[in-house]
Amino acid sequence: MNAKQMQNIVFWLMAAITVLIILPVVIIFLIIIFNGYSALSPEFILSIPRMGMKAGGIFPAIIGTVYLILGTMLFSLPLGVLAAIYLTEYATENWLTRIIEIAIVNLAGVPSIVYGLFGLGLFVMFLNFGASILAGSLTLAIMTLPVIITASREALMAVPKSFREVSYSLGASRWQTVWKVVLPNAIPGIITGTILGLSRAAGETAPILFTVAAFYLPKLPASIFDQVMALPYHIYVLSTQVPNVPERTQYGTILVLILIVFVMNISASYLRAYFRKRKLW
Amino acid sequence: MVAKIRAEDLEVFFEKKKFLGKVKLEIETNEILAIIGPANSGKTTFLKTLNRMHDLNPDFSMQGRVYLDEQDIFREIDVLTLRKRVAMVFALPLPLPMSIYDNVTYGPRIHGIKNKAQLDEIVERCLKDSYLWEEVKDRLNTPAFNLSGGQQQRLCISRTLAVDPEVILYDEPCSGLDPISTAKVEDAMRVLKQKYTQVLVTNNTKQAARISDRTAFFLMGELIEIGPTSRIFTKPGDKRTDDYIAGRFG
Repeated sequence: MNAKQMQNIVFWLMAAITVLIILPVVIIFLIIIFNGYSALSPEFILSIPRMGMKAGGIFPAIIGTVYLILGTMLFSLPLGVLAAIYLTEYATENWLTRIIEIAIVNLAGVPSIVYGLFGLGLFVMFLNFGASILAGSLTLAIMTLPVIITASREALMAVPKSFREVSYSLGASRWQTVWKVVLPNAIPGIITGTILGLSRAAGETAPILFTVAAFYLPKLPASIFDQVMALPYHIYVLSTQVPNVPERTQYGTILVLILIVFVMNISASYLRAYFRKRKLW
Repeated sequence: MVAKIRAEDLEVFFEKKKFLGKVKLEIETNEILAIIGPANSGKTTFLKTLNRMHDLNPDFSMQGRVYLDEQDIFREIDVLTLRKRVAMVFALPLPLPMSIYDNVTYGPRIHGIKNKAQLDEIVERCLKDSYLWEEVKDRLNTPAFNLSGGQQQRLCISRTLAVDPEVILYDEPCSGLDPISTAKVEDAMRVLKQKYTQVLVTNNTKQAARISDRTAFFLMGELIEIGPTSRIFTKPGDKRTDDYIAGRFG
């Protein structure tokens, strides 16, 4: 076998493997869309579930998931960005920062059910928030923090060192330099990383299981101390806990969740492309 | 003449390795002092010590004293105040990723000037002082990165002037510029002499000869000699200076 034949074989092998990787994703999408699109209607999206969830819509679960995404962002974005700023711009390389870095990496690897139980212990019981939007958002926020910190650190480190030197050379303090030069140029990366972290949080079931998600609650929450329904848990309930739910209702609910996550990921990619085009350096 | 800056037995180390040894040097008010020397001669290291840019490097340590107007810059002057009084223009044009206007007003805004009319006045004055005003006055709000290299470097000079410094340090400011842009930068420096003390590190000995009042020659981290530019370039006191200027090494 000569080099050219070998080259062809390897090329086709790699192409085939690539297709194999994409295939499951495509199949899953197609099955969900095919089985679920007929359920989608204004009524399905905008009305509350009826008849023990066998009929009606999924509005409370959509609203619950939206609230949880917003709540998660409220806690994890400022904390994550501030932590990233501290680690990148202020902290010097020593054992403490190394431990913090290792902790962040490990935090990203903790199974989501552990976050759920942690949230149950700390927020629901110890801090007595009860199963509530507040407890659920905080639990999801802790889970999302490592993603946001890592993305923000990368975005901050991508800002050229020379910009900082120029700022210092004009008599700016560290904070002025961060605030006026570094942060504005890191925001695109921070936004993108945050959206990706939140889109993952939106689809998680385990962390919200004990901290916020309601089995069946056909009304909208009145305060952050109320329970809500949430799409991932609702999908679990519809598929395994309630008999005789029409299949298209199950698929339709999954389709709605996937669309929310999909829109978030697409907007992250779009924003990244948009900022890259506008980038001045 | 009164010494604006005075270095006394200045030694600079990085990771305990000596980069500058026992430099004793005075810079006079309103002069242009050129610092020449081959690569690794310590000239940029010396320059960056004058506004404490090395503070950002954890491996930096020093001995000796540097005085600005007879005040010790490491002990008696706050570092942020020092950098405002002794400002720097870097080797490469480094505009910040913002508009021309915002680049010039960056320093003043940092130091608390918010009044729009006052900022407008600063922008016009500083851009005129660096001979850039006529080329950019109609597009002050466009990104600074759209300017040519030479224009960017003159913008950087304007930005430095805008903090109203007393001393301007130039670290090979024309190394990336074409001869016409270089001439414009040099013109600006000649005019700025009336108001500012200027220190110019340059690899271009002809540039030192053209615009400086005095020249210092550094070699291997030591100050070999310093004197009026006309004398250094015609009758240098040290053979090594002569060799460098004549292009026999470096």
